[in-house]
Amino acid sequence: MRKLKEFIIEKLILVCGLAAIFFVVLIFLFLLKEGLALFKSVNPFAFIFGKSWYPISEPAQLGIMPLILGSLLVTLGAAIISIPIGVACAVYISEVAPSKTKEILKSGIELLAAIPSVVLGFIGMVTLVPWVKSVFHLPTGLTALSGSIMLAFMAMPTIVSVAEDALYSVPKNYKEGAFALGATHWQTIYRVMLPAASSGIVAAVMLGIGRVIGETMAVMMITGNSAIIPHSILQPVRTLTATIAAEMGEAVVGSEHYFALFAIGIVLFVISFIINVTADLFLHKRQ
Amino acid sequence: MRNTKRTQKIAFFLMLLATLLIVVPVGMIVVIIVQKGLPAINWQFLSDIPRQGMRTGGIFPAIIGTIYLVLGAIVFALPIGLLAVIYLSEYSRDNFLTRIIRLAIVNLSGVPSVVYGLFGLALFVVFFKFGASILSGSLTLGIMILPIIITTSREALESVPQSFREVSLSLGASKWQTIRHIVLPNAIPGILTGTILGLGRAAGETAPILFTVAAFYLPQLPKSIFDQAMALPYHLYVISTQVPNVDEKVRYGTALVLLVLVLFMNLVAIIIRYRFRKKKKW
Repeated sequence: MRKLKEFIIEKLILVCGLAAIFFVVLIFLFLLKEGLALFKSVNPFAFIFGKSWYPISEPAQLGIMPLILGSLLVTLGAAIISIPIGVACAVYISEVAPSKTKEILKSGIELLAAIPSVVLGFIGMVTLVPWVKSVFHLPTGLTALSGSIMLAFMAMPTIVSVAEDALYSVPKNYKEGAFALGATHWQTIYRVMLPAASSGIVAAVMLGIGRVIGETMAVMMITGNSAIIPHSILQPVRTLTATIAAEMGEAVVGSEHYFALFAIGIVLFVISFIINVTADLFLHKRQ
Repeated sequence: MRNTKRTQKIAFFLMLLATLLIVVPVGMIVVIIVQKGLPAINWQFLSDIPRQGMRTGGIFPAIIGTIYLVLGAIVFALPIGLLAVIYLSEYSRDNFLTRIIRLAIVNLSGVPSVVYGLFGLALFVVFFKFGASILSGSLTLGIMILPIIITTSREALESVPQSFREVSLSLGASKWQTIRHIVLPNAIPGILTGTILGLGRAAGETAPILFTVAAFYLPQLPKSIFDQAMALPYHLYVISTQVPNVDEKVRYGTALVLLVLVLFMNLVAIIIRYRFRKKKKW
């Protein structure tokens, strides 16, 4: 009897062990199931490279290039802001800060990671957006730049914590060796620690960017949501994620628009898959 | 020599500056929300339904909705997550399958939240015909927090020393008995930490519940798991972007309640982890 019970439990454990694989596959399959239906009526090439997104006009124009460019622009801006600040902060926390300050700074970063994106979006709306509007004398502060700044904040906790882990796991004797040769603390960081932790730092940056591309609520609330091809970072843009979130509520289940939003979901899933697998390879290389 | 010292000083100063650039705004965000939200908080705000097109009244249905969703998510995700962790740390060998599982977990945690929403819509709402309901929303959130529960709990199980297991096995206990009576009790604080972090994440997410459960406005509380519900994060989104002329105070108040809820859970998790680390004797 006990044998049987344990047998069942152990099988159950195995099944649940495979749950993560099951769910990833399930997510992908259901995105494909709904998304691929679009390509019966729309050419995939026209979908990706089409220059206009007017899903409810007659006939609907479903080209996601403006959305891809919107996502890229916001992400690029966020990356430019968050990478140097994030990596510098990681180095400061792991190498320079005294141990008590270190704990405080780390909880500050954890706090930032814990704030829900809709709250950050709201705060961005009431503080950052008016600021951008008045500094650049724009008709509206809902721009790609506002989105980039806000998203940079959402990427930084990821970048800081993963990069800090990477720096922390550099063997202590590397550092001692550099000191013994007469290098200053900064020279040691710059010439020894950073190169030794480089693959982990690359992974940190990639995971941070992954977070930015997938971010939805904050971006929807502060980038202005206009699906046009952006010419400057001071224009409103609309990202892939925001399009899904904003339009799925109105799309009729089974309509072309509905399928198109799922097709965007496939694009996002594939992007995040590539980023995560590559980042994982970099993290693995280190060990 | 003086030159290298100066370079170091400048570099360290810049790094400090970068750190402050992150930490100071975080502090400011919290301070602003507390300062402007606190005046809105009173018993009526917490216990009343929204009134006059959500411009006044309270946020009670949204709070209750979020609690239901979070509980539903954890009821679904905790058993699966826990068994998955037991498999990964106690049964799996270092082989190709384990590598794939690990990769799947990494990917699951990287899938954009809005894609979870799409998935929940396609699978639970449309395919299983649960409709937009607490059930659909909870299951979607549950799958989303699975990787958080797995990664945090795995650390806890793996930090139980190997010798504990060996002693138990040598006394004639079976593998499952060893896990049940030796490994799990020692890992409970870590598992709890992971679970609470997952709860906090589920409470704050908006995109996954947009099309699976969230109602724009409901005057009454949900009666079954097949009902739609309001939820705090979605409510904050609605009153700050969809409804014009909402009193600032109401918006900040809602943001404050959500923030406190999420940060409280994180704080509890951090305290449990801290006390556990201090008490640990091995």
